Amino acid sequence: MPSLHSKKSIVWIQGITCNGDTHSFFNYPQMKNFAKNFEIIYHPLFITKYDLETILKSKDSYDYLIVEGSFTRVKKYINRRGHSFEEIIDNLSKKAQYIICAGSCASYGGIFMARDIKNISGALYSGEKMEGYWDKNKKVINIPGCPLHPKWLVDTLFALKQNKTVLLDEFLRPKEIYSYFVHHGCLRNEYFEWKIDTKNFGEKEGCLFYEQGCRGPMTHTNCNKILWNEVSSKTRAGSPCLGCTEPDFPRDNIYETKKHMSLPATPAGVSKRAYYSVTGIAKSFKIDRLEKKLI
Amino acid sequence: MDKKLKKTELILEKSLVLFSKKGFYSTTIPDIAKAMDMSVGNLYNYFSSKEELARSVIKYSSDILGAKIRVINEKNIDTKQKIYEIVKLYFTMAVEQPEHLEFFLRVYLSNKEIFKDGCEGMVCVAAFVTELMIFFEKGVRRKELRNQNFFSAFGLFMGYLGGFVFLNGEGILDDKLKNYIDDVSENIYRALKV
Repeated sequence: MPSLHSKKSIVWIQGITCNGDTHSFFNYPQMKNFAKNFEIIYHPLFITKYDLETILKSKDSYDYLIVEGSFTRVKKYINRRGHSFEEIIDNLSKKAQYIICAGSCASYGGIFMARDIKNISGALYSGEKMEGYWDKNKKVINIPGCPLHPKWLVDTLFALKQNKTVLLDEFLRPKEIYSYFVHHGCLRNEYFEWKIDTKNFGEKEGCLFYEQGCRGPMTHTNCNKILWNEVSSKTRAGSPCLGCTEPDFPRDNIYETKKHMSLPATPAGVSKRAYYSVTGIAKSFKIDRLEKKLI
Repeated sequence: MDKKLKKTELILEKSLVLFSKKGFYSTTIPDIAKAMDMSVGNLYNYFSSKEELARSVIKYSSDILGAKIRVINEKNIDTKQKIYEIVKLYFTMAVEQPEHLEFFLRVYLSNKEIFKDGCEGMVCVAAFVTELMIFFEKGVRRKELRNQNFFSAFGLFMGYLGGFVFLNGEGILDDKLKNYIDDVSENIYRALKV
C-alpha cells in the first residue's frame, strides 16, 4: 500500500472550457503543501512531466483524473493535437482511480450546454437529469462551481489521499462541502430575517434575496464559511449568489428575483406556508437600525 | 384538549360574539365573564386585559378563516373554481357565522389603537393572509392569474368581498348574499386572470 506521504498523481484535462477552474485552482494559497502531496503529471496549460501524447499512449494507471469543462462526443467542438475529447476521456478515464469533475461545466454541462444541449453535458448529468456523457461511472465526484473554489478541490483530493470516505449528495457532490448553503455565514442574514432589501449592488446594507436574484438560501456550498481568497464572498461584496453550484446553473435573468404575485421562491426545504407566514409577520415591523446606513 | 385551553377557546368564542355585536368599547369584561358564567377575577387568569383579549380574538378568528381557505387551497381544482369556493365560503360565513367578519370589519379595522402594539401589520391575521398568498402564488405559477403586485390583487379580492359583506350588513343589497356568489366570483376571476 502506498504511503500516505507519497505523492498522488493527477492528470488534468479540459473539455469545453473558459479555463476558469484552472485559474481558480492556481489561487490556492497553500500551493507548496499541495505540491508536497500531489503531482500534476499532465495539464494542458503549463509544462508538466508528460505531454498529452505520452499520457494517452501510456498503459500506466494514475490516481486522479481532473476534468475541467463540458463533455461532448462531437469532434468539431474539441480537437486537442488531433485527438477528439471522446478519444481523450475514454482513454484516460479508464486509467484513473477517481474522476473529479472540476466546476459546473464538467459536473452538469454548465454554460456551454446552452450552445448544443443534445451534444454537450457534464460527465453524468445534463443539468439536473442523469443524461450526461456516461450513463454511469462510479469513479465520478462532482465539484461544481463557476468557478470551483480551490479549497473544495484540494480538500476533496486530500480526503481521497487519506483514504477517507467521501460522502456524496444526490448530485455527487461531497457532503462535507455542499451540505452547507451560501446563506450560512452571510453577513446579511439579519436583513434576510427582517425582509429588508438592499437598494443597489455593492451596498453594505440589505438582503439581496428579494430583488437582486440572490440564490444563497437554496445554493449548496460553503462560500460564506471559507470565503474566497480568504477574505470575501459575493454576498459580502454586495453581489447576489448566482447559484453556480447547482445543476440548473446558469438560469435566465440571474440578477433578478423571479416572483409570483410579489412572492419569491422559498429557501430550500422551507414550505411556502411557513415562509410566507413568517415573512409577512417580519415585514410588519419596522426596525429603524436596519433601515439606516451602517456607516 | 387541555381543560384550560378549552376554557380559553370558549372565552374567545363568547368574546368574539359580544365584541362583534356591541363593539369593543361597549363590551365589558363583566359582560364576558357573565356570558361565560365565571367570575371577573377568574377571567383575568386567562387574559390580563380587554385589549389582550381582543388581540387574541382576531388571531383566533384569522386562524379559523385561514384553516377553511387552506382546505380550498389544497383541493385539486383550478384557480377559477377556487375563487368561487372562497367567495362562497366568505359569504356563507357572513350569514351563518357573522361574528367573524363583523369583528374583523367593525372591531379590528375600526379600532387600530387597540391592535397597534402586538398586532402590527399582519401579525395577528397571518394565518388568513398566508393562505391568500398561497392561493395567488399558485394561480400565477399555473399561469391562470396575471403576475402582479400581491397587494393589488389582495386588495381587489378582499376589498370587494369586505365591501359586499358591509353592504349586506347595512341592509342595502336587493337580494340575498348567496345569490351574488356567481357574479362576484366571475368578476374577481376576470379582473385577475391572465
